[in-house]
Amino acid sequence: MLKDITLGQFFPGNTIVHRLDARTKLILVVVYIAALFQATGWISYLAVTAATFSCMYLSRIHPKNMFRGLKPMIFIIVLTAVLNIFYTTGTPVLPGWPITWEGIERAVQMILRIILLITGTFLLTYTTSPIALTDGLEKLFNPLKKIKLPVHEMTIMMSMALRFIPTLIEETDKIMSAQKARGADFETGNLIQRAKAMLPILVPLFVSAFRRADELAVAMESRCYHGGEGRTRMKMLKMQFRDWAALVIGVGFLAMMIVMKKFGL
Amino acid sequence: MSIIKFEKVSYSYPGDELPSLCGIDLSIEKGQFVAVLGHNGSGKSTLAKHMNAILVPDEGRVLINGVDTADENRVLDIRRNVGMVFQNPDNQIVANVVEDDVAFAPENLGVAPEEIRRRVDAALKQVGMYELREHAPHLLSGGQKQRVAIAGVIAMEPEIIVLDEPTAMLDPMGREEVISTVTRLCREKGMTVVLITHHMDECVNADRLVVMSNGHIVADGAPAQVFSQVELMESEGLDVPDTTRLLYELKKEGVELSLEALSPADCAEEIMKMLRG
Repeated sequence: MLKDITLGQFFPGNTIVHRLDARTKLILVVVYIAALFQATGWISYLAVTAATFSCMYLSRIHPKNMFRGLKPMIFIIVLTAVLNIFYTTGTPVLPGWPITWEGIERAVQMILRIILLITGTFLLTYTTSPIALTDGLEKLFNPLKKIKLPVHEMTIMMSMALRFIPTLIEETDKIMSAQKARGADFETGNLIQRAKAMLPILVPLFVSAFRRADELAVAMESRCYHGGEGRTRMKMLKMQFRDWAALVIGVGFLAMMIVMKKFGL
Repeated sequence: MSIIKFEKVSYSYPGDELPSLCGIDLSIEKGQFVAVLGHNGSGKSTLAKHMNAILVPDEGRVLINGVDTADENRVLDIRRNVGMVFQNPDNQIVANVVEDDVAFAPENLGVAPEEIRRRVDAALKQVGMYELREHAPHLLSGGQKQRVAIAGVIAMEPEIIVLDEPTAMLDPMGREEVISTVTRLCREKGMTVVLITHHMDECVNADRLVVMSNGHIVADGAPAQVFSQVELMESEGLDVPDTTRLLYELKKEGVELSLEALSPADCAEEIMKMLRG
């Protein structure tokens, strides 16, 4: 069950998508989301889908991995679809039925929108190493240091969190097995009973997470960590021609989507 | 001048009644491989944490290359010079990629990017992890993770490496990997190594063995010499190598021989000598 979590996973590679600067990719994801929300008609949805798939093709990320990330979202997707089918007014499919043609159309578009939203953002984390990602965030938000926002601290916390996801998942698995071995039951009962059964997992997990945090802090200090001041990077972020080109294409795409919306496509 | 010098150092953790270190005097020379042996709660980890100013003595002082660890302005100098490797490999690796983790310390020190690259490659080659530089650390074995942690401190180019029970969570193979790596660093690169451990077999190759108990140093000398004090070691709840044990039992039976033979070959020779009379 826990193995399905793909959050923050990174698939190393050497494609054009991997080589783009993390900052470029972060900006492009924002542009992409903005463009996605401009889509109203089928033609514009087709355009976004085509754009998403071509990026996926360029990144050489296997679609299987892409859709594995969607699994935890199935419930939300289905729920949105059902709500849209039943709560959109229009011409009924059959007289007297609560389902309308408009509702079905909306539902399909909604599903498409959520799937595209998730795959687009996953493409970012799949192709960008967490270090590059947090470096990129730090660089992008650098101006906010002027208003005393702890940008470096926030990004280092984020990269530590990403680093410890697999470790904590492994630990949770271990604790679950230990509790199961002593007769704990996580699979039966109603929702509340199952939630209660989680307590003997969460308590040891929290205790150990705090102990880890403490040891990690000492280890970081031992390696001369003293905040963001005067820190350098082995892998410097550098905007290349391809980054500017990608940004121009991205912004052009957004402009196209806005125009398409104006024409109701 | 000694590279590490403890002068009458005492320390107790806040809230503890008994001090963890009581009046420790210890000098370690450059290039030495020193093992510190003791059972749990003997103060050996506390001793280690004093070497890079994570803990500062309540009384007395610790000098690293002549610099007092209590001097807050020199803390970075001291930590750069004393690399510290801890017990749990998972809790000291900070990055998702091996080479990024090794780069962490030099990045903190503000080293130029090309120089970091050079140091990271050199450090990874020294511990034999260069081929796995782009791997995710959580997919490595315990011994490999610990070697990455060692690379992470050598990238600072320290003169001293302190290892606080680096093998406690490893299987026998991982232990062997780690111990041979640090032994090589000491013998080939001339690094000063302080190895904190409770496995007596890891101390056999050290130049010097310090035994701690209840915050005191109870024995200090060449491993062969220290292990030959079998009664003392036993009263501290510590094991002695099988070779020493054999000679000790023979001696107890009234056979006249020296206990200072650690390797099986030396031990055999000692017994031969006795037999020839």
